[in-house]
Amino acid sequence: MLLTVDHVTNYTYDRPVRGVVQSHRLTPSRFDGQRVMDWVVSVTGGTMGGSFRDGAGDFVQSWTIAGPVTEIAVHVFGQVETADLAGFLKGHRETVPPLAYLRQTAATMPDVAIADLASAFTPADILGGAHVLSAAVSDKIAYAPGTTHGATTAAQALALGTGVCQDHAQVLIAAARIAGLPARYVSGYLQASSDGMAHEAAHAWAEVFVQGFGWIGFDPANRCCPDARYIRLGSGLDAQDAAPIRGISRAVGSKGAAAENLSVTVAIAAQEQ
Amino acid sequence: MTSYFNEMYHAEGLRDPYRWLEPWSADMPAGKRRAKQAEAEALFRRIGVTFAVYGEGGDPDRLIPFDMFPRVFTGGEWAKLERGIKQRARALNAFLVDVYGRGEIVRAGRIPAELVYKNAAYEKAVVGIIPPKGVYSHIVGVDIVRTGPSDFYVLEENCRTPSGVSYMLESREMMMRMFPDLFRENRIEPVDTYPDKLRRTLASVAPPKCEGAPTVVILTPGHFNSAYYEHSFLADLMGVELVEGQDLFVDGEFCYMRTTEGPKRVDVIYRRLDDEFLDPLCFNPASMLGVAGLMDVYRSGGVAICSAPGAGVADDKAVYTYVPEMVRFYLGEEPILSNVPTWKCGHHDDLKYVTENLADLVVKEVHGSGGYGMLVGPKSSKAEVEEFRARILANPANYIAQPTLALSTTPTFVDEGIAPRHVDLRPYCLVGEKIELVPGGLTRVALREGSLVVNSSQGGGVKDTWVLVD
Amino acid sequence: MLSRTADNLYWVARNMERAETNARLLEVGARMSLLPTAQGFRSDWDSLLRASGNLAGYTEKYGAPDQAHIESYLFFDRDNPNSVASCITNARENGRIIRTALTTQVWDALNTAFQELREIEGARTRQDLSHLTDWVMRQAAMLRGAIDATLLRNDGFNFLNIGYYLERGDSTARLMDVKYYVLLPRADFIGTGLDNDQWSMLLRAMSANRAFHWAYGGEITSAKIAHFLILNPQCPRSLITCVAGMNNHAARLAKLYGHETAATKAFAALLAELESQTTDQIFDEGLHEFLTRYITQTAELGRVIHESYLSGDIQ
Repeated sequence: MLLTVDHVTNYTYDRPVRGVVQSHRLTPSRFDGQRVMDWVVSVTGGTMGGSFRDGAGDFVQSWTIAGPVTEIAVHVFGQVETADLAGFLKGHRETVPPLAYLRQTAATMPDVAIADLASAFTPADILGGAHVLSAAVSDKIAYAPGTTHGATTAAQALALGTGVCQDHAQVLIAAARIAGLPARYVSGYLQASSDGMAHEAAHAWAEVFVQGFGWIGFDPANRCCPDARYIRLGSGLDAQDAAPIRGISRAVGSKGAAAENLSVTVAIAAQEQ
Repeated sequence: MTSYFNEMYHAEGLRDPYRWLEPWSADMPAGKRRAKQAEAEALFRRIGVTFAVYGEGGDPDRLIPFDMFPRVFTGGEWAKLERGIKQRARALNAFLVDVYGRGEIVRAGRIPAELVYKNAAYEKAVVGIIPPKGVYSHIVGVDIVRTGPSDFYVLEENCRTPSGVSYMLESREMMMRMFPDLFRENRIEPVDTYPDKLRRTLASVAPPKCEGAPTVVILTPGHFNSAYYEHSFLADLMGVELVEGQDLFVDGEFCYMRTTEGPKRVDVIYRRLDDEFLDPLCFNPASMLGVAGLMDVYRSGGVAICSAPGAGVADDKAVYTYVPEMVRFYLGEEPILSNVPTWKCGHHDDLKYVTENLADLVVKEVHGSGGYGMLVGPKSSKAEVEEFRARILANPANYIAQPTLALSTTPTFVDEGIAPRHVDLRPYCLVGEKIELVPGGLTRVALREGSLVVNSSQGGGVKDTWVLVD
Repeated sequence: MLSRTADNLYWVARNMERAETNARLLEVGARMSLLPTAQGFRSDWDSLLRASGNLAGYTEKYGAPDQAHIESYLFFDRDNPNSVASCITNARENGRIIRTALTTQVWDALNTAFQELREIEGARTRQDLSHLTDWVMRQAAMLRGAIDATLLRNDGFNFLNIGYYLERGDSTARLMDVKYYVLLPRADFIGTGLDNDQWSMLLRAMSANRAFHWAYGGEITSAKIAHFLILNPQCPRSLITCVAGMNNHAARLAKLYGHETAATKAFAALLAELESQTTDQIFDEGLHEFLTRYITQTAELGRVIHESYLSGDIQ
């Protein structure tokens, strides 16, 4: 499938800011399931900083905006050719050992309810067990935008029983780690299909490491594994660690931050080939 | 009753390296001693060598007690220590490059993968990075104890930001000022080359994108930090800027400091700040002490950070038990210095032994430092032992245990005159283009009679440490 | 030099000078209160607090002025950011932050002042005011001496001096303004013996009465005093000396850095303005009005220095 991405993130500030620094993971991963045809990221008023591919295989590009500015637009535009690998992250080059993804973070710190969820895992069949876990998360958390926010932890989301893709992914990660499976948070894009099933074009899901198979993606928010509708950008221990844009700004004339307003528009168009 | 090795007097009488100190100390009546002690204290306070103790409240300008009785090593003793320390520093750096690269030592089964990769100090963010000259830990502080004439054990390493080197330098300064005659009678190796060696070490690991002479800075958490005096002292002696996170910023591919003339590029950062606080974009987002975007600059070769982020995985107390294995694996040598036998409470058999023998052991938290969160079995009450037992059983993998070592003693000035007190030693090994070690270190002394805890936060003091020219 | 280092050097000087000013203010107040006058001492203390900008803070804490409370407030009170104790503590803290930019002697002077302050604060019996003010001036002089004798003549030295002169000019203006407030209720005292006594005390508080007599001789008149404290470049605390000092050090910075800044221009403009002034013009404008304007200009200079060198956002 040929997916076209048009993604604009607009930051507006109540006071002028300067010394804005951003770290981007906005470039599609390199693996057998996707091939970049064209990809451009631009930042209004920005200077491109250092870039590198990190140990997890993600391409990181830093940007700075000297300012003062009151508005910053990050524009991502590109085309990616994707293939359905049933969630398997085949051909992805990375050197971080899977064991490093067993540690929990503040956002994934499990409670009793997550431990209960994890007990559904059957070690005899790891791959099957992972599917069971993912399905259990889908059952426990109903999709309901606006009920959680960026800082909601896995335990809180599970207790609430509602959330968005970030919450589904973090609960699955937390549970998988308890079950002894290395797991991570993945950020990317999803092309919403016409049947209205898939939601959230700027999307997130989880990957679980299964011995003998490698990393496999699970999207409990959509009860499936990533396929040709998905574009993978980067990964991390939790939502914050995997964020496509991490940034910080300083208000002019003070050391504090200015109030920031964020608006995001994402359009993903598909072309069957 | 355990017998302790007294470094000045042994069975056959006075040991040779101390021969000048016997008449010197005998010629020190209580009045003169107190006057000298007061002079030393006044000098320390005037120059501002103070040490704030975490969480103890009270006087933030507390002095670390200084004991005027020097601790002495022969050139021969030092030569062995030096070889052993450098060997470990090399092995530890090889280990760090390896575990952030292919992990050969893990693949070879010489150290458990979980211990390394699940370790909280293992930084996923620096996997694949080989810092300039292949050095992760540029200053390795090695804590050594002595139990006999030629018996030395390494207690632990600090591969991140070992502190205390200012006390090594100031103690020497103080002794030379107060007792110049001693330095005429004894031929004592100088230690004051340390700042210059440190500066050269740091400059030697400038990043690939650095052009010309590198600009080196020391990054401090700020003047409220307990080691702030040391940070400013080293900056001063090296002639480099002492910066706080707010003085640095990232622009494009580089890191700059804010000066009265505008931005000035920084090439090498000797940070005295934990990984967690270095960069809010990469680590703790709430950190106000670090520099936003610094890790991206580091990872793309625009700046060197010393010690390199991630170095902490090498000085974890559980990883420590494998350092002799690292020496064999990477260097193909036998370790010159021994480890203290260590039981890992995370192992079932070890845990059994530890809980059965708690009253005779020293138990430490794997990630603890500064003498906190530790149990000294023989010096603890039954209730304290039982309380600690519960803590160990709640989280065994968080603890290691070691036998109570018979730490050597050296004569120390106390209220009643001169008495033996237990000591340890922390030399500072510099690793850059070269590996260097100044002949000396920080001798910490447990001032309370019978105490084996030398940490300055727990009532320990410091002494000048001499290495004699043989 | 790091902007933060320059900023702390500048504040070492400003804080120490401010401590000295407060000590001098206290001395003026104490002496004025000894004068036999129908006004009593109450309004004099009031004027002093007002002129030094301490009135609101004091009143909130203690209400009506009385000498014992004013002494504590201006000397010991840590709640008062401008008290001698606060200023010395801040100056030492500024110095501690940038320990590496100071020589041992300079640090020693700052640290000794702080350690002795703690002894004074801890002492059971309070020393009398004249001892305390002498002590403060001695500490300030020792610091000043250590700076002049040992500090490298680099950019930091210039920032220190700019801080000193800025604060000192401000202090001279404020001390002169005390006189204005004292006289405010009874303008008819001008030219009387009382008026002259007050002027004389002001000079004494600035350790300048001898100097004044050497320079002018004869009767003390308000015109001579105003000339001496505002326009005479021989007087070490006159406004023109302070502005010339700032201008000189800013010019050195411009030479060192190879470019002028908004601050160098502002200093030069203010100096030119003072150089063209006469005492007649000042009295025409009104002494109080003139001093108020100078104090405002000083605050503006502080802002410009901050933006030109100290803020860390210099391009």
